[in-house]
Amino acid sequence: MSKKTSLPAAYRWLVASRSVAAIFGGYLLAAAWAACMSLWLQKTGMARVDAVTTATMSSFVVHLCAAIWVFAAGTTQRAWIGIVLPAALLAAGTWLAGAGAGGAA
Amino acid sequence: MRPDSKPEGIRQSMSWLHTWTGIVPGWLLYAVFFTGTLSYFLDEVNLWMKPELHASVPAADAARIAAVALAGMGKLAPDANSWTLELPNERQTTVSATWRDRNAPAGRAGTKRAELDAATGEKIDTRETRGGSFLYRFHFELHAMDRTTGRWIVGIATMFMFVAIISGVITHKKIFAEFFTFRPKKGQRSWLDAHNATAVLALPFHIMITFSGLLLLMATLMPWGADAAYDGNAQAYNMERRGMAPGGQGQGQGQGEQRNAGGREGREGGREGRGGRSRDGGGEAVDLAAAIGPMLAQARTEWKNGGSNHEVGRITVNRPNKPGATVELRAHGSDSLTTRGASARLVFDAATGKIKERPPLPTPSAASAFGNVFASAHMGRFAGPTVRWLLFLSGVVGTAMVATGLVLWVVKRAPERRKLGRTPFGHRLVEVTNTGVITGLALATGAYFWLNRLLPVELAERAAWEINGFFLAWLAALVHAALRPARAAWLEQCIAVAVMFVLLPVLNPLTGGHGLDRSIALGQAGIVGFDFAMLAIAALFGWIARHLIRKDRPLAKAAPGAAPAELTEVTP
Repeated sequence: MSKKTSLPAAYRWLVASRSVAAIFGGYLLAAAWAACMSLWLQKTGMARVDAVTTATMSSFVVHLCAAIWVFAAGTTQRAWIGIVLPAALLAAGTWLAGAGAGGAA
Repeated sequence: MRPDSKPEGIRQSMSWLHTWTGIVPGWLLYAVFFTGTLSYFLDEVNLWMKPELHASVPAADAARIAAVALAGMGKLAPDANSWTLELPNERQTTVSATWRDRNAPAGRAGTKRAELDAATGEKIDTRETRGGSFLYRFHFELHAMDRTTGRWIVGIATMFMFVAIISGVITHKKIFAEFFTFRPKKGQRSWLDAHNATAVLALPFHIMITFSGLLLLMATLMPWGADAAYDGNAQAYNMERRGMAPGGQGQGQGQGEQRNAGGREGREGGREGRGGRSRDGGGEAVDLAAAIGPMLAQARTEWKNGGSNHEVGRITVNRPNKPGATVELRAHGSDSLTTRGASARLVFDAATGKIKERPPLPTPSAASAFGNVFASAHMGRFAGPTVRWLLFLSGVVGTAMVATGLVLWVVKRAPERRKLGRTPFGHRLVEVTNTGVITGLALATGAYFWLNRLLPVELAERAAWEINGFFLAWLAALVHAALRPARAAWLEQCIAVAVMFVLLPVLNPLTGGHGLDRSIALGQAGIVGFDFAMLAIAALFGWIARHLIRKDRPLAKAAPGAAPAELTEVTP
């Protein structure tokens, strides 16, 4: 994508940062989605096994969207926010649902 | 992702993403696609690699085959607690028998297996080989490493592939228009066109195969949902899920939350206990060979009336030769993808020949039905011959898509090379690995098939040597690619692959198997299918070789003694 053979170091760091966001951040986001949805779908009345299956299957699509978002975002900062914010919300949702379910179980 | 950090459009950034998510796991994906595509013919490869089985020619009458096989089992394993017989079908010439002895250890280790001649019921001794199972296992868990590690590596590559496919679609907004644009003999443009065409041609297949690949590995890759909902006991989720997927082992209706044991293991353990208890009970043994014919006829009528038209595929006898024996018949094939290949069953009382039970087909929930459709489609489970060939051809197209993408990376950088007047190390590395993997893996597979027939049958560790030969041939191809100029390496390896594969149908009858003339005459579709698949691969590589030779001539005329590092190097 560049005519030069050597690229500026800053650019390399930028690519590395976004790759980390897409690969590891995206995975964490997908994992949080899987955990959170598994618990919340149960609360809507779905059988436990189906809730987990649905949440896990869709989590791969979440990772896909996360990766695309990271590289489509205008700035690296925005790319990271788009990963961290929803991941934090889902983690909180998991904790909330888990606290409720833990009491029942 | 522009180096100057200037803003860019979505298509540019997706193009960047597509390139790198494609190239990084590209060679691994090629290997996964290549071996996975061959696995659509797993049974056929297994059959071919055990030529001793070719001699078994089943009669047209299923009742006769079953009677002979049951008599054979009476001699082979008279004291077993259960027998399971897979009857011959279009992919299998023999009766595959498995049984469990009394006091057999639980699980797979306690299961014994043998192939029975469909005409005589005699056990056939076969050569030691991993057969197509090696290629099948390699395609999702690699080799010579921990199973979980292998699945993670393949799973990560699959996730990259998923991103590569979708970002590729976003990149090419005119993707369907471009599908009809092929500009041959235009260097880079032609490679791009070929890549686009193979991608678009089978796009639904690519998306299905990638997503379902992730779903099949999801217990390894994404255990967190199960972990959260089952309080850390992800195993419980897997068992519950398998219990609902009756392809696993039948009980089907057990949708209760507290189903303890998943599938086969639990059931056969129970069977064993019962068998042990009544061992000393009196009563007469039933002549199963005589009783099976009417049972098969009953099953056929019953299933025909049910709207489906299935033959019996599997016979399971519980407590054979003992009082209270039962015979379970299972239809060959399934009507529905959503049940993950569950098929109709009937349980007979062996002594009276009367139907004892008609276990209903399970109805999966929407979530598991969705997952089952993808799993069944990925594996071609119970696909008929036409669908199987379509899946195989889609796999070939997918393999070609990955290969053209890898080559495109090199071709695209040709102008840069010319400008520099030398080949950067990275470019050469990709170029060499491309050849060593794309044609090298085909060579390795060819070597695997040849060794299957050429290694002496009595060789110690025979199966392992076939696999060693596979990797040695692959390594040799990589070394060859590194030592030769790129174009020569491509050409020589393509010719070697074409020759190796075109001769396999000739090697077959010379080394104990049934050649095409006999397998066609006897209607042995499995053997015929393998031979045709090999001829198809030979034709493909032969076509590429011919293309390379043709392209050489005008170039040699135009630029005699041109420097080997020229553009001609990189465009195979």
